[in-house]
Amino acid sequence: MSSTEIGYIKRDLPDKLKTLGVILLAAGAVLGLLGFLIDPQRAVFSYLAAFLFLVSIGIGSLFLVALEYAAGADWSTPFRRVSEFFSAVIPFLLLLIIPLLFNMHNLFSWTHKNIVDGSELLKGKTSYLNIPFFVARSIGVIFIWWIFYFFIIKNSRMQDTSKDQALTGKNIKISSGFMPVFALSITVIAFDWLMSLEPSWFSTIFGVYFFAGTIWCALAALTLTVVLLNENGFLHSKITTDHYYTLGVLMFAFTAFWGYIAFSQYLLTWYADIPDETIWFMHRWVGGWKVISILIVLTHFVVPFFYLLSYKSKTNAKKLKFIAVWIMCSHFLDIYWMVMPSMNLNGFQYSFSWMDIVYPVAAVGFVILLFKSLSKKYNLLPVGDPKLKRGLDFHL
Amino acid sequence: METKNLHSVAALFDTPEKIINAANKVKDAGYKKFDVNTPYPVHGMDKAMGLGQSKIGWITLFFGFSGAIFIFLFMGWTMAMNYPYVVGGKPFFSFPAFIPITFEVTVLSGSIATIVGMLAVFFNLPSLNDPIQDSDYLKQVSTDKFGILIQAANEKFDKEKVVEFLKSLGASTIEYIYEPEKEEFKILQPKFMVFLALVAILTSGGTYVTLNKLMYVIPFNWMDRQSKSNPQSETTFFHDGFAMRMPVKGTIAKGFMPYPYQGQAQPNEVLSNPTLPTKEILELGQRKFLTFCSPCHGNYADGNSRLRGQFPPGPTLHSDKIIGYSDGMIYNIITNGQNAMPSYAYQIPREQRWAIIDYIRVLQRAQNPKPSDFQAISQLKKESGKNVVN
Repeated sequence: MSSTEIGYIKRDLPDKLKTLGVILLAAGAVLGLLGFLIDPQRAVFSYLAAFLFLVSIGIGSLFLVALEYAAGADWSTPFRRVSEFFSAVIPFLLLLIIPLLFNMHNLFSWTHKNIVDGSELLKGKTSYLNIPFFVARSIGVIFIWWIFYFFIIKNSRMQDTSKDQALTGKNIKISSGFMPVFALSITVIAFDWLMSLEPSWFSTIFGVYFFAGTIWCALAALTLTVVLLNENGFLHSKITTDHYYTLGVLMFAFTAFWGYIAFSQYLLTWYADIPDETIWFMHRWVGGWKVISILIVLTHFVVPFFYLLSYKSKTNAKKLKFIAVWIMCSHFLDIYWMVMPSMNLNGFQYSFSWMDIVYPVAAVGFVILLFKSLSKKYNLLPVGDPKLKRGLDFHL
Repeated sequence: METKNLHSVAALFDTPEKIINAANKVKDAGYKKFDVNTPYPVHGMDKAMGLGQSKIGWITLFFGFSGAIFIFLFMGWTMAMNYPYVVGGKPFFSFPAFIPITFEVTVLSGSIATIVGMLAVFFNLPSLNDPIQDSDYLKQVSTDKFGILIQAANEKFDKEKVVEFLKSLGASTIEYIYEPEKEEFKILQPKFMVFLALVAILTSGGTYVTLNKLMYVIPFNWMDRQSKSNPQSETTFFHDGFAMRMPVKGTIAKGFMPYPYQGQAQPNEVLSNPTLPTKEILELGQRKFLTFCSPCHGNYADGNSRLRGQFPPGPTLHSDKIIGYSDGMIYNIITNGQNAMPSYAYQIPREQRWAIIDYIRVLQRAQNPKPSDFQAISQLKKESGKNVVN
């Protein structure tokens, strides 16, 4: 099956995109550096939120790619490349994590010896929460993601020219192996980088909570990009509202899933009412955070749920674009809400800082730039994939 | 056959392409009441038949929401208004605790309404059969043929024309489907009665076996074997072998208040009543009096026992002796018991004992009113214009 046979003509994305990406990234990076000089503590927390947003997009997209292979889905094959391009964030995470590793003292109270010595609970956790093991875990997890990313993406790209069907079989095997690794590693990341910000607090469902938001955000990024690309004719004329509908349904499903998990976590804490557990929610209920906590319930669950409930909004390109942007913003707000209130040990009076905007702006610029440069090099459709034709012919 | 009413003309086709084409043409010819039956879902059929978006979602939405609102208000009413009950120290109206049930009832009522609504729409409930059910046509379309049927109820229906039309579309077979004769369903037919009897025997037998036999079979009896010790029994958990424990030495129970006249029938001095006879206290005392005291002493404390000789009747509380008792003395009697009356120290908490005494005083006053009471009552009557005390 050649690329002409399926009717895909490769076109370069407009150069405006590159300009936009460079401007956002440059402005964000310069101001971000300034932030580290002015107020390193605030900067490193804001940076962590943006970093985890990139983790969400990167690993969430790789999960979607692996899910498509492992589940044998064909409806999503025409836009698997979009997720593949987004997952290219993963190798860069190894670089982006460096500022965090050098500022751990500002981030984590368990790195302070006097605090650990004062708490029996923290003393008991030192075998897990210590700097060498922590650094090894973080780098190890990202490295493992990179390995999976490398092989899955390599096979997928090789197929464009070789048209070798066996590569799909290989990727199915790799993706199936990736699933349990992913489940464990995302839990490790969520526990290390989010939960240990308040080291005395723990919640076993926290990894699933982060996972739910991650996939939701990756799906929104995928939906937004697919709709934008398809509207401007960069993908394929056969991609119709039926494809849109399926993406919308998945976003809707993960809206409900996140709501379910978030509420499960809250309900158990509320019922048990043990100070060690409620403190995390208390920090997010006082000092101006109450508004944001309630806002998250609305933006992360109520609004998208009712918005995506109807058939029409799941098939309408304009409405899908709006809710995809909405979802990414509220996922960032969710991360922000998890990270920021831990800034001071005694709770953190909410105050807005320009740094909270700077790093996510740089992150968005970075992703746009990455996408643009990859789309120039590779096809936007996996033209050699045996499932592609069925995916294009997908009907509800 | 000729006497029956024609329901529809059905045609069978051999391939999905032909049936799509046929559905398109039938729609374009202006027939409104027609249906397509295929052995498996054929993509693009909705469009070919000109079907819009299904309306069934609205039924789901409506019943889902009504279920959610109903159960939420219902829980609020039962838990916070009708029978307020403290659970785990939470407020009566506990929003988070209501959410799981609200969610489940939403799903339950939404899904049941969807299924019932779907059956009602497709099967035209309460009718239980469709004319095509007993036809060769249905056998064919549920194996390997694709069928279309045009109902006689269409406005421009003409039997000969429709047959010609369907043949021109490439139909392999044409079949006439007739309305079934209406059968009356007699409830007293033997078959049905036997069926009812069988259901009754199976249900009751099943219940009996489940409750009396199955519950004592492993693993259904696992609940009986718990790693706990019952009161008054032995245990190997403690060194001394007693399951029941004494309190740790030097400790007292939460809320414990020493009572200095424990076990004394006629103490020289007694406690004084710490309560004021407010409306709340008197109502509490009335409730508790009616629960604990009235069986023996009567509803108005006049000794009119409800026990009918099964137990020595309690004396009237309106005697001069008891009217002369101090509150503390009556408290002592409730706490320690007297003659045939047992101690109520474990049934009635302290404050409620005092409330009961306040209420007894009300009853005594009502039996022996003072002239000033009558004046007060007539004054109240004048003010409210109603009969205050009957």
